[in-house]
This record gives sequence, structure tokens and C-alpha cells, in this order.
Amino acid sequence: MELTRRNAILLGAGAVLASGLPALASTATDDAIDTFTGGAAVGEGDLKLTAPEIAENGNTVPIEVASSTAVEIMVLATGNPTPSVATFKFGSMAATRNASTRIRLAGTQDVVAIAKLEDGSFVQASSAVKVTIGGCGG
Amino acid sequence: MASGVKPRVKVPKKAAAGDVITIKTLISHKMESGQRKDKEGNVIPRSIINRFTCDFNGENVVDIKLEPAISTNPFFEFEAKVPEAGEFQFTWYDDDGSVYEATKSIAIG
Repeated sequence: MELTRRNAILLGAGAVLASGLPALASTATDDAIDTFTGGAAVGEGDLKLTAPEIAENGNTVPIEVASSTAVEIMVLATGNPTPSVATFKFGSMAATRNASTRIRLAGTQDVVAIAKLEDGSFVQASSAVKVTIGGCGG
Repeated sequence: MASGVKPRVKVPKKAAAGDVITIKTLISHKMESGQRKDKEGNVIPRSIINRFTCDFNGENVVDIKLEPAISTNPFFEFEAKVPEAGEFQFTWYDDDGSVYEATKSIAIG
């Protein structure tokens, strides 16, 4: 392809589009976090997220969240078409603030958990998962 | 209503008063995410279970909001206090309005 002015503009537009896509995905994640925290600062602390380092099948990836004072824990998959995964609320009869489930991951990405603690503060934990086969279908 | 929905719950039959027990639940459900397409390229509409709750004698243990990113046949494992004999109620809420229920009683001994 000749590098004419028109082509150069097209190339530039394409590059902006390509670089804009991951930015869009992370905005959705940020929005979900903001909705959950109400804009409060998110620190680190009493929250543990256990996920496999490598998941062969993105259709069912076992994860576990654990905390000792969380009231509510939200799990996000930052690389999924819709980042929300699940929100766990613990009631008065919950013995521990631990729960595990199986989730779908579209590809290699970070899984993020955000917990609302009893004192009203928010903490975050994340774990990178390599996915061999994505789990969101074609 | 999605076909072939069958809840399965694993709760110990008895426990000592004040014990902490582990509960495992699984419900067979296809959890169609709304992202997939069929052979003709049409999007298969979303059909998932969007909420799961577990109560013990009317008091809440967990209340979980499910999104399409939960795997087929949603599985959950969590821990509950057993201060007295009673009954665990498990409820799953489907997108189409169906509600699936299961109960398990536990004795003190």
C-alpha cells in the first residue's frame, strides 16, 4: 500500500480505534467498581482472592473469595464483555466470609474482587489468570 | 422455564450446636450468557439464574447476585453457623421468573 495522505489518515484512525478498545473495557470495570463503592477509595487488606494461575477452559474457572470482616464481596472479570461476575452478601448466619464458585472468563485477564468491610471501607484483591480457551462462545 | 433444572444441595445431616458447617450447592442450568450466537448468527437470548439465597430458620446465610459470567450449572460453596436444629432453605431465581427451591434439615447430635 502506498503511503498517501488518505492512507495515512486511515492508518491513524485504525490505531486510535484499536487502542481505544481496551480502554473501553477498563471503563466498564471502573464504572462497576464506582457503582459498588459509591466513589469511595479502595484500599488493600482483609480480602483474599484465590484463582488458578492457568485455566485450561475459560468456561469454568474455580475461584474463591475469603475475608474475615467483609459484608459484601463483588467479583469482576476485567477482560469479559461484561465485567460483573457475582456479588456475595453475607447474612447473620454466615459462619465465615468465604465462598467459592465457578466462573467464565473470555480470555487471559485479571480477576478483581472488591469487598465492603464491616467498618464501611472497601478493599480490593486481584489475581491474573491465563486462559487457554475462552469461555464466552463465538 | 428452562428445562431440566435440578437443584442439588449437600448439607451434613447433623452437627453439634454452634458448629460451622460447609454447604455445597449446585443447580443444573444452562446459564445462557446472551453473548453466544447460533448457526445462523442470531444472538441466543440471555437466560440465567440471577440470584441465589440460602437461609437458616428464616435468617439469611448468603445472598448472591449472579451475572452471565457464572459458569453453566452454578456451583457455590460457603459456610454456615448452626446454633440449633432447623432447616436450610435454598432458593434460586431464574431470569424467566421461575423460582427453584430446596430445603435440608439438620439435627443437633
